[in-house]
Amino acid sequence: MNQVWPIFKREFAAYFATPLAYVFIVIFLFAMGAFTFYIGHFYENGVADLGVFFAYHPWLYLFLVPAIAMRLWAEERRTGTMELLLTLPAPLWASVLGKYLAAWAFTGVALLLTFPIWITVNYLGSPDNGVILAGYLGSFLMAGAYLAIGTCISATTNNQVIAFVVTVVVCFLFTISGAPLVIDFFRAWAPFTLVSAISSFSFLTHFSAIMAGVIDLRDILFFLSLIALFLAANVVVLDLKKMG
Amino acid sequence: MIEIQGLTKHFGQIAAVSDLSLSVGKGEVLGFLGPNGAGKSTTMKMITGYLAPTAGHVRVCGHDVETQTIAAQTQMGYLPEGAPAYGDMTARQFLRFIAEIRGFRGEGAKEAVARSIARTELVAVLDQPIETLSKGFKRRVGLAQAILHDPPVLIMDEPTDGLDPNQKFSVRSLLKAMAPQKAIIVSTHLLEEVEAICTRAVIIDKGGIVADGKPAELLARSRHHNAVTLALPAAQAQAAIAKIKTLPNVASVEQSGSDDGLVQITAFPKSGALLIEEISATAVREQWDVRELYAEAGRLDEVFRAITTHDAQRAKAAA
Repeated sequence: MNQVWPIFKREFAAYFATPLAYVFIVIFLFAMGAFTFYIGHFYENGVADLGVFFAYHPWLYLFLVPAIAMRLWAEERRTGTMELLLTLPAPLWASVLGKYLAAWAFTGVALLLTFPIWITVNYLGSPDNGVILAGYLGSFLMAGAYLAIGTCISATTNNQVIAFVVTVVVCFLFTISGAPLVIDFFRAWAPFTLVSAISSFSFLTHFSAIMAGVIDLRDILFFLSLIALFLAANVVVLDLKKMG
Repeated sequence: MIEIQGLTKHFGQIAAVSDLSLSVGKGEVLGFLGPNGAGKSTTMKMITGYLAPTAGHVRVCGHDVETQTIAAQTQMGYLPEGAPAYGDMTARQFLRFIAEIRGFRGEGAKEAVARSIARTELVAVLDQPIETLSKGFKRRVGLAQAILHDPPVLIMDEPTDGLDPNQKFSVRSLLKAMAPQKAIIVSTHLLEEVEAICTRAVIIDKGGIVADGKPAELLARSRHHNAVTLALPAAQAQAAIAKIKTLPNVASVEQSGSDDGLVQITAFPKSGALLIEEISATAVREQWDVRELYAEAGRLDEVFRAITTHDAQRAKAAA
């Protein structure tokens, strides 16, 4: 555990040492605003809640989170610092966890910076702030899940573009696995349990449950166990790469 | 302190390292030589636990690198090929990060970083991002990182690559100063480096050891070992060559160059013989107008070429 903290600190600082953090945050906030106000018609709805704001989070994360995740390992591998990091006396899982938590914390910072919309909605009306808090929590957990998938994929390649594209595709499948597009495809031939298992992996289903203000432990556990699963896979991928 | 047994690494069909065994003790500086692609870096990656061997074992200070990775890595300092470092960090931040991962905290970390900085003369560039540093400084940051915890074992992949002669000199002095307390493996392309700092030279080719000995022993294998070269005015050259050929310990004589009316003649000894006294006495007796006269210890590049090209097999048998 001792090594997680220095790795976390280094990784987190690295975002702000380059323009990456600022570019990302600006685009993230701009996109959030654009979706909420122009596509979601935040004002015209005349409802004092952040439903339209959160509704677009899965779709924004689908492209923005892989952009953060793609560099996590691919860049270390390309610049050779991976050799340095993995020959320091730190267990593999500490490196994986430290880097992952830094990236997650960074998305958390970006998410927190959307606070003006919370102020706006409180100024305009009297929303249920409990529901909004649940929405933020759900959004953060979902971002973490996307990120864990992306980190794991980033470890398999030294090419950031490949890491990005593959991550987007995998994340897309997780996002819509409950949607008719996917379910209808399986329903025709697969047994019911498989179909319901696939649809239960849907980020949208779990996220909208939390977003509605119903904090069900099962939804939270879904995201947390998905994160744990992909981080464990990340460790395995790095360990396999040692074999050459 | 480093024991390598039967180390083998295959990448698919290619055997990068095959059945390599070696042990390095305290006070030894082992120069690891070989052509590009001979398996030097792969071997170092396995010693430091970055790559897992296909077969064989590496033990560092008694810890098996594969099963007790962290314990072994704690005892090692490693400078990977190209001295990678996080370019966005300053040298100070980077070394601080390394110190923390290596378990130093607070004052202890400060001291370790300061000591390492002083040894590698990094003070001038401490607060610049590493990516803006010159190649020489980058290499020294890598070096500082490797020696930060004063490890008993140092593994360095081309530590002086890309340095200017002054920087090379200071890195070599540093390694020499640390050598008595440590076991050091240095890979290099520079044969002069082996003569300058190594107590032992190992040449590998196609993944296996083809020569292993003190630099002087390797030099003794050179055709130029104890060869004597003298420079004479062109007028005396032919007579001198004829005369030298008659000396009992001379195996052969070659005219090795001519310049400005002077001719250089090199006499090669029969194995092991010393020629310099005989030839200088002859030169005095014959009243040659000698402008240059010197004996050679041998040429490492010649040995290196001979071993790693055509007669690699014969050299292995001889060793």
